[in-house]
Amino acid sequence: MEKLVEVKNLKKWFWIGKSPLGKKKAVRAVDDVSFYVGKKEVLGLVGESGCGKTTCGKTILRILDPTEGQVYFNGQEITHLRKKEMIMVRRKMMIIYQDPFGSLDPRMTIGSTIAEPMEVHKIGSKKEQEERVIEIMEKVGLLPDQINRYPHEFSGGQRQRIGIARALATGPEFIVADECVSALDVSIQAQIINLLQDLQKEFGLTILFVAHDLSVIKHICDRVAVMYLGKIVEAAPKRELFNDPKHPYTQALLSAIPIPDPKFRKKGQILMGDVPSPVNPPSGCRFHTRCSYVKTICREEEPELKCFENNHYVACHLFSNPVDTNLSGSAR
Amino acid sequence: MMYHQDKARRDMKTLLEIKNLKTHFFTHEGTVKAVDGVSFKINQGETLGIVGESGSGKSVTALSVMRLIPHPPGKIVGGEIYFEGKDLLKLEDKEIRKIRGKKISMIFQEPMTSLDPVFTVGYEIGEVIQLHQGLNKKEARKKAIEILKIVGIPDVEKRIDNYPHELSGGMRQRVMIAMALSCNPTLLIADEPTTALDVTIQAQILRLINELKGEFGASVMLITHDLGIIAEMCDNVAVMYAGHIVEYTDIYTLFNHPLHPYTKGLSKSIPRMNIEVEHLDTIPGIVPNLLDLPSGCPFHPRCDFSFKRCVEEMPELIEIENSHLVKCHLVKKRIRSKKVEWKNW
Amino acid sequence: MKRTRETKTHELVRRLKYNKSAVFGLAIVVILILCAIFANYIAPNSPTPSPPELFKALKPGFWSEDKVEGMPLGADAMGRCILSRILYGARVSLTAGFVAVGIAMILGITFGTLSGYYGGWVDALIMRIVDIMFAFPALLLAIVIVTVLGQGLDKAMIAIGIVYTPQMARIIRSSVLYIKEMEYIEVQKAIGSSDARIIFRHVLPNSIAPVIVYGTLMLASAILDCAALGFLGLGAQPPTPEWGAMLSKSYSYIVSGAWWAATFPGIAILFSVIGLNLLGDGLRDILDPRLKT
Repeated sequence: MEKLVEVKNLKKWFWIGKSPLGKKKAVRAVDDVSFYVGKKEVLGLVGESGCGKTTCGKTILRILDPTEGQVYFNGQEITHLRKKEMIMVRRKMMIIYQDPFGSLDPRMTIGSTIAEPMEVHKIGSKKEQEERVIEIMEKVGLLPDQINRYPHEFSGGQRQRIGIARALATGPEFIVADECVSALDVSIQAQIINLLQDLQKEFGLTILFVAHDLSVIKHICDRVAVMYLGKIVEAAPKRELFNDPKHPYTQALLSAIPIPDPKFRKKGQILMGDVPSPVNPPSGCRFHTRCSYVKTICREEEPELKCFENNHYVACHLFSNPVDTNLSGSAR
Repeated sequence: MMYHQDKARRDMKTLLEIKNLKTHFFTHEGTVKAVDGVSFKINQGETLGIVGESGSGKSVTALSVMRLIPHPPGKIVGGEIYFEGKDLLKLEDKEIRKIRGKKISMIFQEPMTSLDPVFTVGYEIGEVIQLHQGLNKKEARKKAIEILKIVGIPDVEKRIDNYPHELSGGMRQRVMIAMALSCNPTLLIADEPTTALDVTIQAQILRLINELKGEFGASVMLITHDLGIIAEMCDNVAVMYAGHIVEYTDIYTLFNHPLHPYTKGLSKSIPRMNIEVEHLDTIPGIVPNLLDLPSGCPFHPRCDFSFKRCVEEMPELIEIENSHLVKCHLVKKRIRSKKVEWKNW
Repeated sequence: MKRTRETKTHELVRRLKYNKSAVFGLAIVVILILCAIFANYIAPNSPTPSPPELFKALKPGFWSEDKVEGMPLGADAMGRCILSRILYGARVSLTAGFVAVGIAMILGITFGTLSGYYGGWVDALIMRIVDIMFAFPALLLAIVIVTVLGQGLDKAMIAIGIVYTPQMARIIRSSVLYIKEMEYIEVQKAIGSSDARIIFRHVLPNSIAPVIVYGTLMLASAILDCAALGFLGLGAQPPTPEWGAMLSKSYSYIVSGAWWAATFPGIAILFSVIGLNLLGDGLRDILDPRLKT
């Protein structure tokens, strides 16, 4: 599969003041992550709060500057591009936010909100821009005569449609959807998921779908990467991951989801303990503090992300027979 | 089997009974009928789920039971809430304060904002115990340690002197549960207790509530928007929409034979782990604005089966079978037409 | 952009209607402004008659049998109609207030926005200067500036404007700091908008509400400070009908029984300050972001 976005050893640390000894402390939000997103693929990035999935998405778009590592977009390294050079890339990649209330400027009509990316990138004349706005509004299920309304006149689901329309305005190839349905009501969530799927097919979009909800991920994604404390612990095609989860954390995550059917009530083990702090992550495998299969090596040595059958990548000492050991660390 | 269950359920003592509760908010923009004629029962030892989307009135129902509706603008304008035989709405403020926190406890969605940041965890729980059980400081602390152990907080002796911000979200929610349970309440109201938490922590907290329910014999009123949690936890379920209960039934019927079009739509529109579909079914339209509710049945603009009567007239909540109540003209119609068919045959 | 203002105003008016003290304050302010604008039509006499009609000096107004015809509030030590001088004084005081607050706003918004948006050393530098200015009592600082610039109403306005700048800068800075973190600003970075575009199209329009509130409250203190400078003889120079100056020229006559010459300008100051404060408080309630969704 052709790669559209490739991330190599990406790190994003946030510095938080100084400890009494004068040493700077860092929140290791994203800590050495490598993966790729194929053309027209929907990759799900899943994990619990604080695992760095959102930071990862924003660092790829260079909303945040990476601490280390490279991001390739269409084969071009974009991590070191200057502001002006970056502009050309930016029109090809956009973001959809979680909060349909916070992500729209309350003082701008939705028409100007959707047109803004085109204005910034100087695409087309005023009239062409307006035509395009109306075209996209219809695509995402908004009525063209709402063009002069303000965000507060819309419901959460409709606002999310506006956010999607804005992201699509410049005709991007790659979209980061950051928890874009988790703030919505259940009945509205389905509408937006369907809309995203339709748009993805129609425009051949490549999407990095960042979410904590595995059932949504399972519905919409082709491939899934699971993050824990700034690391990718497992990545595999969707069916492979859900039918044969290998990493103990993925297994725990899957079993923790309440299934909307009383026949499936949980009786077995559930994962205990809390997520450790990303300021001071555990040594060795970061999951070892909560893992029920923990061995001595897990405490001492950090497992590498290795490839197994069916394009299934796992970073865990329990699995030791990778298909190809040469691929060290990067999930290709 | 089902019969036995039903019989057993009917024999159980009713703990809480709400009759035709109406809680309205009087704002500058108009009257918001957040809860408009809600009735249900909770038996002893039962877990009742209340499920609905934002603005359905589920939280306001809970706050009404606690008599914690902010006034103004809110006011309970009608109905009765019987708890252990007493109408809570007729009690003096002093009497309700004795029940609130002692016999009825509540867990909120955001554990950070419900704990006072300037007090240690131990102090807060101790205070509740002192207040309601008349123990002295030392005894209260001992009891607090005991309860924190029960809710699964590790090294309690250390943690008890921590401030809320020093604890993780899951720990804080455990502390909230410990506080709620400290006086052995007979009814625990949990308002979206796990919405702010991660899935793995959610599973821990839900299990904890279930275990403690068994241990303390309390009834639980669980408010959530997540049908998965409902399926996991509840015995009976009330589905709310725009201030009304549109369907009330036991958990198995809800998932296997839902009758109200909204319930049906809702359970079809969620992506599921156990079933794979190409496209999700959706409920068209948007959640209605409570200031500007549609006429007749509030769900009719989004309903695939709506007909003239739905636009004109609010349906009544009718009992279809043993304790399966539905508020829909369609259901009434279907049963009637069935009866007619029978006769014609 | 036009519709923004329309809907905003609409909402504002709707909220204002339910705030009685704000409506009262607004009424006072409107009356003041009308007085200022139409002073030459309303005022029964000239505020600065020449030659001075000294025979009318310190004559009482309508309450006394000894009143002078055509001067309902009596006359001051120079025989000038107090009512007329107060009406014309509204013009002077309001202008002074608006200009001073205007200067404070322009400087404060510029520095406050730079400070809040860019942070880092820009922020540190501007905020330290602000801290230093805060260390002086406002009026004392104004007196120092006027002393440097020289006397006169125009200089007093500039001095007060400069003195109020730090306060305004702090207000706008905190507002910008809040708005800067909103997702709709972050999305601008993803789009690739320039800093100027982000500041002028998104950050400023959304941070301006508190400026309006505090601007109104500041207007009240600016009028008061202007009067104080006038009272000290550093502001408006005679024969300009300025309330503070009127007060300072007349207060010594209170002892001799001519209380009206000092009392009425004082009441005028009091009312305008009360009116503006009520309006400002009302606006704060109305525009408070916590009450909005």
